[in-house]
Amino acid sequence: MGNKSVLVVGGGMSGITAAVEAAEAGCEVFLVEKNSYLGGKVSQINQYFPKMCPPNCGLEINYQRIKKNPKINVLTLAEVESISGEEGNFEATINLKPRYVNENCTGCNKCVEACPAERDDEFNLGLSKTKAIYLAHPFAFPMKYAIDADACQGDSCGKCVEACEYNAIDLKMESKPMKVNVGSIIWATGWKSYDISKLSNYGGGRFVNVISNIAMERMAALTGPNEGKILRPSDKSEPKNIAFVQCAGSRDENHLKTCSSVCCMATLKHVNYVREQYPDANITIYFMDIRAMGKHEDYYQKVIDEKDVNLIKGKPSEIKEVPETNNLLVLAENQFTQEIETLEYDMVVLATGMEPATAEVKVPAELNYDVDGFVIAGPPTPGIYAAGCTRKPGDVATSVQDATAAVLRAIQSTVRR
Amino acid sequence: MDKKYGVYICTGCGIGEAMDVDTLTEAAEENSVQSCQTSSFLCGKEGVEMIKKDIEEEGINTLIIAACSSRVNYDVFNFGSDKIVERANIREQVAWVHEPDAEDAVDEEEDHTGRHAADVIHMAYAKVKASQPVEPYVVEDVSKAILVVGAGMAGITAALEAGKAGYKTVLVEREDEIGGWLNKLYKVTPLNAPYTELENPDVEAKAKELEENPNVTVYTSAKIKKIAGAPGMFDATIDAGGSEVAERVGSIILATGSKPIEAKNLTHLGYGNYKNVVTHAELEEMAKNGKIVRPSDGQEAKKIAFIQCAGSRDAERLAYCSHACCIESMKQAAYVSELNADAMTYVFYKDIRTSGTYEHFYKKIQETGAVFIKGDITSINEDGDGTLTLESEDVLLGGKAGIDGVDLIVLATGMAPTTAFGQEVELEVGDDEAAAASEEEEQATPDTIIASDILNLEYRQGPELPTLKYGFPDSHFICFPYETRRTGIFATGTVRAPMDMAKAVTDATGAALKAIQCVEATANGAAIHPRSGDLSYPEFNLNRCTQCKRCTEECPFGAINEDEKTNPVPNPTRCRRCGTCMGACPERIVSFKNYSVPMIGNMIKGIEMPEEDEEMPRILIFACENDAVPALDMAGINRLKYNPWVRIIPVRCLGSLNLVWIADAMSEGYDGVMLLGCKHGDDYQCHFMKGSELAEIRLSKVSETLDRLGLESERVKAVEVNIMDYMNLPKMLDDFAEELDELGPNPMKDF
Repeated sequence: MGNKSVLVVGGGMSGITAAVEAAEAGCEVFLVEKNSYLGGKVSQINQYFPKMCPPNCGLEINYQRIKKNPKINVLTLAEVESISGEEGNFEATINLKPRYVNENCTGCNKCVEACPAERDDEFNLGLSKTKAIYLAHPFAFPMKYAIDADACQGDSCGKCVEACEYNAIDLKMESKPMKVNVGSIIWATGWKSYDISKLSNYGGGRFVNVISNIAMERMAALTGPNEGKILRPSDKSEPKNIAFVQCAGSRDENHLKTCSSVCCMATLKHVNYVREQYPDANITIYFMDIRAMGKHEDYYQKVIDEKDVNLIKGKPSEIKEVPETNNLLVLAENQFTQEIETLEYDMVVLATGMEPATAEVKVPAELNYDVDGFVIAGPPTPGIYAAGCTRKPGDVATSVQDATAAVLRAIQSTVRR
Repeated sequence: MDKKYGVYICTGCGIGEAMDVDTLTEAAEENSVQSCQTSSFLCGKEGVEMIKKDIEEEGINTLIIAACSSRVNYDVFNFGSDKIVERANIREQVAWVHEPDAEDAVDEEEDHTGRHAADVIHMAYAKVKASQPVEPYVVEDVSKAILVVGAGMAGITAALEAGKAGYKTVLVEREDEIGGWLNKLYKVTPLNAPYTELENPDVEAKAKELEENPNVTVYTSAKIKKIAGAPGMFDATIDAGGSEVAERVGSIILATGSKPIEAKNLTHLGYGNYKNVVTHAELEEMAKNGKIVRPSDGQEAKKIAFIQCAGSRDAERLAYCSHACCIESMKQAAYVSELNADAMTYVFYKDIRTSGTYEHFYKKIQETGAVFIKGDITSINEDGDGTLTLESEDVLLGGKAGIDGVDLIVLATGMAPTTAFGQEVELEVGDDEAAAASEEEEQATPDTIIASDILNLEYRQGPELPTLKYGFPDSHFICFPYETRRTGIFATGTVRAPMDMAKAVTDATGAALKAIQCVEATANGAAIHPRSGDLSYPEFNLNRCTQCKRCTEECPFGAINEDEKTNPVPNPTRCRRCGTCMGACPERIVSFKNYSVPMIGNMIKGIEMPEEDEEMPRILIFACENDAVPALDMAGINRLKYNPWVRIIPVRCLGSLNLVWIADAMSEGYDGVMLLGCKHGDDYQCHFMKGSELAEIRLSKVSETLDRLGLESERVKAVEVNIMDYMNLPKMLDDFAEELDELGPNPMKDF
């Protein structure tokens, strides 16, 4: 029998699920995450459709499962550099990047109070700032602070070192390699939100009031840049007239060819967010097909019936900015009326899709990828499995199922050899 | 267990600045403890060493760590499973949420923060004092075999994948051969990247694989007569082709699939009226026979129209989307043109739902020349020879679309789960008295159980899995799609939710893993999700049982059966350890070794209750440890401030709330009691389904008691909170304190 341990790469929802499910089935697990905290994209989401419940609730239970299970080894700020060996007996080399904060950290926040340097808060997509020493967000697990070396002033400052009563800060910390032996590997590095600056005809990255759906999640979140208030980025005013553009960069030969499967439901949920805060706002959705699969149809009907939404079938060809107001002009053929319309909005949300992280950073082993960059597990390297949005675009529940399935295959790999 | 107690107080992270540590230490020593020590960095090396030394030299085995919550350093205070360790959270829930005591606060009797910390230690002491080491419930001769019911795509996959992982599986199929819906198919929708190629059903190959796997036993022409028992020890009686077989299994996978919407519901689309209107399934059969023909005259069909959402997304039929029909029609359009290159295909649709990577499939079909028309069908007419004319709206081009000379209309029929067919089971409610009372009294939302004659469980709460909306025994949780309300029984495939074949394969593989996990956990005496790994279980002191049936009725997982005298018959391996039975029992006969009614009662009584004239109110908070406790911690992490009158007791679930605690609190002198639990209703968030709802119902009953005692019912209150409500929590707690202040002190305080 092979090595009954599993390497899980990526600590988002799929990776966390794979890790706890595998450990609860009796496997030793190494869970490798490149950020300083687990949770990935899900931790940035404000609420789930269709229940409108907070993702932190489920993450919390999963973290409890991790805390109680000695079989799970969590490695944050870590990346897998190389993989050798074969199904049943892989060796992976992991690079542990410096956190500059050691296990003594108690999460007391004294260092943050002392730190003079700031950085863009990537957790909030740069919509806010943190200090150079920071906790990514209040629910971050592990609850250990980290230093962004690019923002930190280093030894010349050292104010955090002075402030820390627990000798938890080590500005000289260095990267170190670690080797693990495992029977199988689950790759779950997830997805990137398609870069809106590539959508130049929509002014993505140029027009400040054109935002991505992920930015909408951060704005609506209590832990976000405006403590949960949805505001126009240009002047922090309350938006009154909002457009959502579906398939922004998805189902598009020039961008992501495939459908990202979640953006329709995400936008319907965003309509809900906006409606809760602004009962009188005008809301328009530009769409090709509304893909509310299965029982999600109920949510779709509920949102369009109750929330007073204007649906326009058509994909906008261009978005222009009105310089004086930073308002936006959306040009589209309304296929319901067969007319080309130009309508003005004060904020536009682009329903950007999922680009697999593996489209950019490949698995360091010989594997095949489909046309969209998703991993096709199997030959030439059996024993490495893709889970969640590394295998296919999908919503949270689908990714969790997929990760659970990947665990069984990973266990089979350890039984087979 | 001969307990030797140690209290270890951390003074770091602002704790020492918020209160007088000497006074706190004295308070801790009021309990009979063998050791009480402080450290300015308890979770650091020296702090931990100090504790270890105490364990070694003083034989301390019962430890109270008065420090932070376990959010940060969750693993440093692990001293082995033979020790009892309790975290008394005096950081996030005391020092960080109250104003620090002034220097002379103790002398002035203004040391509210310090008193709170002392009470937290007292409560922790009461808890560990009543806590017993946990011994797991281990089933003798536990079975790790898995029963899979239904041998379609999902069932075959589950059985094979579990078999390949080394587990015995028993696959039961009603028909005389395996394959289910696959047997009706000419081709299967794409299962693998690039998601554009049709696949063969290839049931023979699957049958061979099953046959060759030594772990798998297959019964065909077989049905489940009954299933008794519990995880690790289910006894299934199977009628296999007339002879009865008994199989003992550890867990069960329900994979009986779905049925297409009944044809009688499709007359509005001409089905039954016009011969040349057929269903998806009927087209498959034609294709299997090699030729797509007009049923009216057997001539080859050249012009074929597909009508999507036939019965689905239709408030009068199936309100939901059946998920697979779009790609099923694409598949049929693909093979229609393969079988007859001259055939023309039209697809009438509302939205094309080729979700995710099936977009490539849609694109491919568009390239074959299929015509897609968005719009509802307005009329279907038949010419004399059976040829059809079809009219619809044309949303994209405006006006109407009309096609005549149609040889065949194919209805993309939706699916309904096999669990939706049958009579809804009406459960007997409580004893006669309760039944009579239930006329007026509020009751928890009953489970919907439909007698679909599939599993035939011998469960007090009904013979099948409880179903959610539309008869699907689906999970209610996004993060936990395999959650099940019958422990060890997992639904998968189209019985669980509408899905396509590829999704069913993944779903079934995941379900097989969950089934394996369940038998492994059961073999170790451990709970499955959400209290995964918990070794405690409820024990019933049946001598004192009054057969009121509340526990058997309220258990959200159907864990408790009844004998002929209506005594509860617990099934510990079905139990999820929420404690709902413990909360339900008026005689308080249900206890866990480390969680019980008297234990919480002692915690309630454990605090120093100020005299009435001291004007220090006390408010008892029962907080659900899944969401409310983390939210309270989060308030601390954000340094939000609230009143120091609250005393918090975490509970496994509000469902475990026993009403005697409210009475205990009132007679002890607390001025008010607040329950912090999860949202209930349609979008409930309680991980034990009904805990917070049951607690509120119980509370509605206590109000009358309070009224009788001359206590205002406003003194007891339940609030729904979720983990993100931490910003609002201080206001909730302070508003309640103000309301109580207006009511004045609890008159029972000085008794």
